[in-house]
Amino acid sequence: MHQQIPPSLSFDEHRVIHDLKHFLPSQQALKDFIHHNTLHAFQHMKFYDAIFKAAGIFGYGMHLKLEEYRGLYHTGRIRKDVMDRIIAAKEGDTATWERKLLHENFEQNNTPRIGQLRKYWKDHFQFDLDNQVHPILFRVIAAFLDQGVSITGFPVSNKGFLDSMRQLESSSASSFFKTKAVRKRFISGDYSIHSLLTAIVGNESYFEQYLFDMHFAHPGWSGFVSAVEDNPQTLLDKRQITLSEFTAFELLMELDALTANLRSKWKPLTSVVETPPADLFAPVQKTEFQEVIACWQDAFEWSYYDGVLKGLQRWNSRPHAQKKEKSFQAIFCIDERECSLRRHIESVDEYAETLGAPGFFGVEFYFQQAGSKFYDKLCPAPVTPKYLIKEQDSSMLHNNEILYSGHTHGLMTGWLYSALGGYLAFIKTLKILFKPEMSPAISDAYSHMDKFSVLTVENKDPKDVENSLQIGYTVAEMTARAEGFLRNIGLVSNFAPLVYIVAHGSSSANNPHHGAHDCGACSGRPGATNARVMAFILNHEKVRESLAAKGISIPAQTRFLGCMHDTAADEMGYYDEQQLDKEQALQHDYNKQSFENALDLNAKERSRRFASINTKEELQKVRKEIKNRSVSLFEPRPELGHGTNTLAIIGRREISKGLFLDRRAFLNSYDPTTDPSGDILTNVMKPIGLVCGGINLEYYFSRVDNKKMGAGTKLPHKVIGLFGVANGSDGDLRPGLPWQMIEVHDPVRLMVVVEHHPDIVLKSIQSSPEVFEWYNNEWVHIMAIDPDDRSLHYFRNGGFEPYRTLMGDNEIKTIDNLKDFIETAEEMETNHIIHATKENLPVYLLEKVGN
Amino acid sequence: MKLSEILLDQILIVFVAIPLVAFLFSLVWKNHQEKQISLLVLITKVAYLAFALVFSAIWIINDSGTLQFDFLTLYETDAFVFALQFHYDYLSMVFSIVGAFLFFMVTTFSKFYLHRDEGFKRFFSTILLFSFGYNLIIFAGNFETLFVGWEIIGLTSFLLIAFYRHRYLPVKNAYKTLSNYRLSDMALILVMWMVHHYMHKNVSFTELPAIAAKIATDENQGAGLFIAVMIMFAAIVKSAQFPFTSWLPRSMEGPTSSTAIFYGSLSVHIGVFVLLRTMPIWEPLPVIKWSVLVFGALTAIISTTISRIQTSVKTQIAYSSAAQIGLMFVEVALGWETLALIHFAGNAFLRTYQLLVSPSVLNYLLHHQIFHYHPPLDKPLGRIQATLYSLGVKEWNMDINMYRYVWSPFKWIGKQFGFLGNQPFYAFLLMSFMLRGTSMLEKRNYLTAASSTTLFFSIALVLTLAAFSFRGKAQSAWKLLLLAHLGLFFGFGTTAPEKQTDMYLYIGGILAAFLAGHFLLRYTEKKQGKLTLNQFSGFGFRQKNTALAFLLSTIGIIGFPITTAFIGIDVLFTYIETSQVLDMVLLTLTFIFLELAAIRIYLRVYLGPYQDEHGVIAFRTS
Repeated sequence: MHQQIPPSLSFDEHRVIHDLKHFLPSQQALKDFIHHNTLHAFQHMKFYDAIFKAAGIFGYGMHLKLEEYRGLYHTGRIRKDVMDRIIAAKEGDTATWERKLLHENFEQNNTPRIGQLRKYWKDHFQFDLDNQVHPILFRVIAAFLDQGVSITGFPVSNKGFLDSMRQLESSSASSFFKTKAVRKRFISGDYSIHSLLTAIVGNESYFEQYLFDMHFAHPGWSGFVSAVEDNPQTLLDKRQITLSEFTAFELLMELDALTANLRSKWKPLTSVVETPPADLFAPVQKTEFQEVIACWQDAFEWSYYDGVLKGLQRWNSRPHAQKKEKSFQAIFCIDERECSLRRHIESVDEYAETLGAPGFFGVEFYFQQAGSKFYDKLCPAPVTPKYLIKEQDSSMLHNNEILYSGHTHGLMTGWLYSALGGYLAFIKTLKILFKPEMSPAISDAYSHMDKFSVLTVENKDPKDVENSLQIGYTVAEMTARAEGFLRNIGLVSNFAPLVYIVAHGSSSANNPHHGAHDCGACSGRPGATNARVMAFILNHEKVRESLAAKGISIPAQTRFLGCMHDTAADEMGYYDEQQLDKEQALQHDYNKQSFENALDLNAKERSRRFASINTKEELQKVRKEIKNRSVSLFEPRPELGHGTNTLAIIGRREISKGLFLDRRAFLNSYDPTTDPSGDILTNVMKPIGLVCGGINLEYYFSRVDNKKMGAGTKLPHKVIGLFGVANGSDGDLRPGLPWQMIEVHDPVRLMVVVEHHPDIVLKSIQSSPEVFEWYNNEWVHIMAIDPDDRSLHYFRNGGFEPYRTLMGDNEIKTIDNLKDFIETAEEMETNHIIHATKENLPVYLLEKVGN
Repeated sequence: MKLSEILLDQILIVFVAIPLVAFLFSLVWKNHQEKQISLLVLITKVAYLAFALVFSAIWIINDSGTLQFDFLTLYETDAFVFALQFHYDYLSMVFSIVGAFLFFMVTTFSKFYLHRDEGFKRFFSTILLFSFGYNLIIFAGNFETLFVGWEIIGLTSFLLIAFYRHRYLPVKNAYKTLSNYRLSDMALILVMWMVHHYMHKNVSFTELPAIAAKIATDENQGAGLFIAVMIMFAAIVKSAQFPFTSWLPRSMEGPTSSTAIFYGSLSVHIGVFVLLRTMPIWEPLPVIKWSVLVFGALTAIISTTISRIQTSVKTQIAYSSAAQIGLMFVEVALGWETLALIHFAGNAFLRTYQLLVSPSVLNYLLHHQIFHYHPPLDKPLGRIQATLYSLGVKEWNMDINMYRYVWSPFKWIGKQFGFLGNQPFYAFLLMSFMLRGTSMLEKRNYLTAASSTTLFFSIALVLTLAAFSFRGKAQSAWKLLLLAHLGLFFGFGTTAPEKQTDMYLYIGGILAAFLAGHFLLRYTEKKQGKLTLNQFSGFGFRQKNTALAFLLSTIGIIGFPITTAFIGIDVLFTYIETSQVLDMVLLTLTFIFLELAAIRIYLRVYLGPYQDEHGVIAFRTS
């Protein structure tokens, strides 16, 4: 039975608003797309407890459907041996539970607790309160927050939400309220959330539930208001608003709608409540169905992990892995989309070495593009930098698109634009259809920094400060960052003559979610500046001197070069090439060709998932079509983003090098042999849960419930206020990821594999409670692989225990010819999970192993 | 007569045949057969575009003048002819070429844009059907043909707005748009009715000057004014002019590309087309000319002020487009036809482009803001400025007022008769009893035939309104619709016993649609449980085919041209004499609400949010 609300509970407004903020979606404006765990409010609980609780309270869909798991089992994607092992470990009785998993039907009445109190308006008074309040409320809040869709902006500036509304309301002859009484009350300011709730709800012990019901009728808007309150900088044109203000305003509108429509025919809601709704946060009943789902989900996850783990164990049976002479080194972001490009580079040039580091490359700062009135934060979201790097001497032009002008919406200018400009629109439409190319309307990954500009990386005078940010780093600060960066990835010796630091960004057209395709470690922006800054630091003579003193000597002829990979267009841009000497330039030209060849192959590999491209075409043609996708306004999938991400491998490249991981692994370089104590590992592990786990869980939840935790299909999306999308003009904002980004994603949790002794790994993840929570509460799996004996150790219930793979020694298939393999890989028939995820391939070996 | 001319008017039929044939073919494939569907659409769009260009070139070179072609007489009585007629002149030419290019571009865009959408096939089938309807309108040679196209456009609009049919808002807004369209449909029916009585025959568009001539010589201008007012009203609603503009932004719930072709370009300009097409009738009437001008100007100004305040990109485009259409009304009223046509084509291309690229505005404007931002200054807020801003945010209360003053009163009346819905059988008994009673009273001359017609029409309207606001069992509401039709049948039966064929055509079609719908609802109830109209149940998610079949029954029972009832209904109207004002009002209202009540049953049973097997249901506001 549900627990009933104790009648004596008093209402603590401050606490309730605080709790609400915790549970509401926390997505900021789309330009700052920062992946995070959608269920962050439940992260203090164990994963399965959390998802079933969230489902019970909010009615979220938290896992695949039972039929879908069964379908995956029948297509062989869930393995029987894995399922049996999971059942045995979790439930014991294999036969009974196997029958339950495979055949039993489960009756489910999953009415969520949210909304049960406010339902009484409809059930008892036959009054659809939301229909009366929402359309105007959404328009008002959008008008107040708007960043520039409207041509006439909100007429009151530099004031808080309620003050602005009060001024507008008292100056206007037309009111947002239907009744004079409520209008008067609003203008006089004679109200409080408590007094409004007393009038509307009545009994104080129901206030909390009422407010949750009210806000979760439009979690998108409430969540955004809360996000703006906490991070005002998410709007360039800042707004002062609090969730309390928004709550008070909505309550006023409710009071107004009730009074206007029902006149004297209504009473405070609780006077008609017959059976008190269950306490929202009471424990959720445990059911057999939940256990069945947990078994299936685990079985689905381990069916994939098990093969990968087997593959990872085999690394040092390949004797020829190490080549002493290196043609070049390339340090990529750990992003799983770079996984395939690295593999292709290594295949194109076997003397090349690739490494992976979080894509802000150890330098955290605000960046100001030349001419920009704002600073962009280029580092992981939780970090607050103290440094500013400015771009100077930029010759980049910022062109306009004539038909995007506000004049098209004028009366007489609109006449000119439609009667004459319409014919230009005709030509432009034909052009975007048949000759897609880069234009100012398309978000260009390379437009954030001019290739030939100068950056103020070095600080020579500590007084050089702007808005309390120090401009550039001092030599000591640069050295500290360089050392941390190199040590984390284990690159402390054997430097190649050219070391590329490869950031990534993504160009796409007609895509409000483009920020979600950029670098997650750079707060959802292209990371080119970071790559360039780190290259500058590592080329700096004084820095090198200091580094040498600390035991890292970089040969004089070694040169670092910043560059950026466009993950959608599969293009590479290089910065500061002009600083290379003649010999380096020659080598660079040669390497560039290797990059080009690798990009060709990468484009081909990616193309297997794109129905509009025939993978079997000439490499050049496929590459061209991949590029076109990134500038095609009709293409809702310029790339597939982080879709399919599943693994994070922290260790030397050797352990993963011989495997085909299908672009599903975050690859973070780390060398346990240089870090016996694990001190470095602690640093390396810090962002993994937050960045990789955040990405993984956002994809997971958007995939399993695209209706409520995702943004739905992007085809009908409307851009609202330049900060969000909604489906219709009367609709709520839609946080989360759109369907087109998650349709190929297997909803499985991240498996982090760390190459080190289990006790060291344990120490590193226990370094802080925030880091430990991810693993201890099972939001992310973690496995240690022992560098000495290749044994696997899985972290569970606070400690590591040995893990034995189920997959046999010869069960992993080998790819004989990657080209044929890619060309013949299965393509999805529909985007139903059973079909769609057939595209996600299991682990393969890339070459026959010799022993 | 030159050979080429004979050929030209006969091959006019190709314009409507191409999309119709393509539509029928499109039904063959399954949703995931995207390549086949795309190929079909490719052939269609290329064939149509080539044909439209070649045809117009030959037409211009031959200097053939206005073409009129009687294609097919569907039904004929002494007093009534229902014929499909086609017509070609500069107006048709411009609308067909602009339409051909837009169709070409939007379908090309959609082929990629809708890739792997669960409604890929549904989208293209509906767009092809829309194209058929559009061509029927622009090539129509008489009001009847135009009206068929008009209805098809209404239906396809509805289907594409409710494209995401298992969310609440698309379904609600599709219904809202349909309600507005219904008003314009009835205005057009009244035009046909009055023209028929006024001219004592069915007239083709080449004969419009004759109507004008008659109006000019007529002492009583009432009939002429009525025709012109109704035409203007139909155009105002269909082109989202003030005070009806608020349906336009709300209709933008479908995929961006369908929004572009419907509400950015073709559909929304149909009002302008109708005004241009019927210009000979209303142009000589200064009152109408001025009214068109005033409504156009008013819309232009009000919509512009609203547009400037919108925070949603597509909504902003909707208001700007409506404002430009307002200016087109002004141009048409001033007699600047050519300018209006240039303006139409330009506006259609511009808004289509703007809608198609609307998601990119986020990136473009933010980028612009980064380099051009100026912090806001504190400025005093004037009363006019504040009022205009508030009104703009609220869209001048158009949406609220539409509900409050147009729909809500009828809903209220319907609610008072809600008890009929709970006991449809008694309503049936009552009506049979009354039928017996009235005929007895008539025999004894206590009651004139005319008053029993009025009586039965009133009953029909009451039953319809009861169904329209009914919140109980779906089957009961469905029965009320049949009873309402019976009410009309008896009402006519008493005036026109000699016109039996028409009557049976009518009631036969209705009965067939009713029975089909009835069994479909029973089947759904058996599978899914009780069907209530109190909420959206979304059962179509599990019963796609049943839902489609029920949709066909629905449009059958409202007299859509898929059963014989369609012709019956058109003829029925001609039975009402111009003197029967009250009967006409009752009949018109009944037909407005019959459609709304029938579609409402379809919506509430089969569309809207559904609970999936894990009990997850979409947010209502999503």
